[in-house]
Amino acid sequence: MPDEKYAVEMNQITKTFPGVKALDQVDFKVKKGEIHGLVGENGAGKSTLLKILMGVHQKDSESGDILLNGEKANINNPIMAEKYGLAAVYQHMMLAPKLSVAENIFLGEQPTKNGIVNWDYMYKETRKHLDSLNLTEINPKSRLDSLTNVQQEMVAIAKAVSHDANILIFDEPTALLAEKETEELHKTMLELKEKGVSIIYVNHRLDEVFEVCDRVTVLRDGEYVGTREISEVREDDLITMMVGREIGDLYYKEEIDKGEKILEVNNLNSGKKVIDASFELHKGEVLGFFGLIGAGRTELLRTIFGADKIDSGEIKINQKDVKINKPVDSINAGIGLIPEDRQKQGLALPLSVQDNCSLVSSMYSSNLGVLDKKSEEKETRRNVEDLNIKTPSIKQKVQFLSGGNQQKVVIAKWLNVDASILFFDESTVGIDVGAKKEIYKLMAELLKEDKAIIFISSYLPELLGVCDRIAVISEGKITGILDREEATEEKLLQLATV
Amino acid sequence: MEEQTIQENKLLNYFKNNVSKATLFLVLFAMWGILSILSPYFLTYNNIFNLVRQTSVIAVVATGMTFVIISGGIDLSVGSIVGVSGIIVSMLLLNGVPIILAIVITLLVTLLLGAVTGMFIYEGNVPPFIATLGMMSMARGLALLLSGGQILTGLPGAFISFAQITFLGIPMLTIVLIIVVALAFFVLTRTRFGRNVYTIGSSDEVARLSGINMRVNYYAIYMLNAFLSGIAGIMLTSRLSSGIPTSGNMYELDAIASVVIGGASLSGAEGSVLGTIIGALIMSTLRNGGNLLGVDPFWLRMATGLLIVLAVLFDQVRKKQ
Repeated sequence: MPDEKYAVEMNQITKTFPGVKALDQVDFKVKKGEIHGLVGENGAGKSTLLKILMGVHQKDSESGDILLNGEKANINNPIMAEKYGLAAVYQHMMLAPKLSVAENIFLGEQPTKNGIVNWDYMYKETRKHLDSLNLTEINPKSRLDSLTNVQQEMVAIAKAVSHDANILIFDEPTALLAEKETEELHKTMLELKEKGVSIIYVNHRLDEVFEVCDRVTVLRDGEYVGTREISEVREDDLITMMVGREIGDLYYKEEIDKGEKILEVNNLNSGKKVIDASFELHKGEVLGFFGLIGAGRTELLRTIFGADKIDSGEIKINQKDVKINKPVDSINAGIGLIPEDRQKQGLALPLSVQDNCSLVSSMYSSNLGVLDKKSEEKETRRNVEDLNIKTPSIKQKVQFLSGGNQQKVVIAKWLNVDASILFFDESTVGIDVGAKKEIYKLMAELLKEDKAIIFISSYLPELLGVCDRIAVISEGKITGILDREEATEEKLLQLATV
Repeated sequence: MEEQTIQENKLLNYFKNNVSKATLFLVLFAMWGILSILSPYFLTYNNIFNLVRQTSVIAVVATGMTFVIISGGIDLSVGSIVGVSGIIVSMLLLNGVPIILAIVITLLVTLLLGAVTGMFIYEGNVPPFIATLGMMSMARGLALLLSGGQILTGLPGAFISFAQITFLGIPMLTIVLIIVVALAFFVLTRTRFGRNVYTIGSSDEVARLSGINMRVNYYAIYMLNAFLSGIAGIMLTSRLSSGIPTSGNMYELDAIASVVIGGASLSGAEGSVLGTIIGALIMSTLRNGGNLLGVDPFWLRMATGLLIVLAVLFDQVRKKQ
């Protein structure tokens, strides 16, 4: 029996991607006029679930069904989703930054009179939509990119509301917002709720979920864990639900004696995102970098690696000054970077596993520029075996591997040149738990060989689980470096928002 | 026994992994088959001789273009560089410079032109389309300026005869092509530079973060292409027995078409020398066959256009499956 009180009912949804089961019989129900939090670790399946709801992906055809306002819905594409009254406000909005607010709200459907755009009507209607959300300070004629982040998101909301959307999806809308802007956004969300709109709220920051949500659903590894009334749970309960029982042995860590100093950075500056950075790293150590998105963690690593320009400061490796102007300099000095976006920065996707594994090592193994294919093949086969890379053949194009296996190929690239300092930048995002665990184990192996690791993550339990020390970065500056023993989520978060 | 099955599997695997290349071969052979039935003249020594000789010049240009397109770039200046190198070599020869020296000087000039293109693209961040569009005009202008717009005749007999003589029954021009193709094949598949070209084609950022020297590689790619266009220009001058400032006109389009028909993707990281050569052969077979059958050349031109689009369309459909 369909239940009339639900705006969204997703029952027993399963979604399989080649090689990965992203969702396994997931239930998700949103009541009419509620704000419903959707939480889970990266890779838990939140975005996949929402993309199915929005018609971007299709669920496996034999699995479950979707009901909207009690009626069975067939959402085959985003246009259908819009017709059903669904709208999404993504972290990276689908708006045109160089057009005006009004043009964005009427994107693709400008009102016309005799075939000519009816600007008067467009501005007037836009004004009305903005006013209904109390956005009186936004001018319909302003160019979108002249607005602040939160104003731009408000425009996206106004656009959704202007399409009579009664179910709104907010996917990490606060990631780029300052605290005060988040408050504004929350106020608007509550106003929309008053009007009977149902809201799905994805947010990594649990405190914000607690602030506005009525109920919350937790996903883990593509499975439904449970739904709770927000008044009946505490943050700890949610975290336990999100991480599951495995937390103890998921983060693999061995006690390894720290060796001598391998990397020392003094007063490093680069652009506006790296300000006076100083720290040191020892052999056998994992140094974590924590900070909010956009705080400058990635930029600091990129600067040391030579991918971004160094304005001033010094870098010492094994107590010797090194000059780093471009990546090849740091590679020669023994640094390897496993970048944030493996698909765009780490891998040559259309090339084979072998080509990718020997991308860097061929710099040293090739003779007068001629590749030593035999030794490359041997090296790659060893990688496949050692790192348990699942691929039908070493000639397979890496674009066809799953996320975890792709990440292993990126790591293999650096193992093959025996890099002694490895930078892991959000390396476990979007890969399944099994592969994560393998990566932590591998890190431990590397540390035993006297290598050192810098590990960027936005996920605190992971950082606390694998790091020896954690440096916190806020607005380009290192605001503190805590030992594993003294680090807690609260202390780190506090330093991150200094 | 066991070894043999492995060998066979290898061959089978090769074709499985190279479906589009196998299809290309089939298309070419089918065209030859049909033409030899329709026209008794097609399979004669003279006609085949002509066909491969005609293909040789453009195929050398297309070989260079293969590198550029795999790197994710494009080079519109090749036709003009064919023209300007023809003029330069003719002028040097007419001024009594020995043949070998004249060729070396000409090729050095083309390397310089390629370096200028590389400079625009790497140092100036000008998109390859625009940088080479500029070079296309500049090189053509240079050819016209140097020659005063005149056709340069009276080249030494030894230079002219190069295009006419054969070795083991194969035209010399085709021998040059075979050498160029063999070297290019080796460079692209066996050297670090070749792999860098593919890596850059799949992503500049990945290449850079893997320690690849972008400056050296960008210059090398466009210099190599200009160099091969220079060789093609010298070959063409020998064949036409004169330096013609407008020669090589529109070669860029034929070269790009050959590369694309040969299975390369304009978004980079895909393509092969072998594919390009088959692509060039398919293009010239279409022309040669059309002429033999008395098809109106204007129709033929339209058919060539259609062929280019169909080749890419077919590839897109295959990829979607």
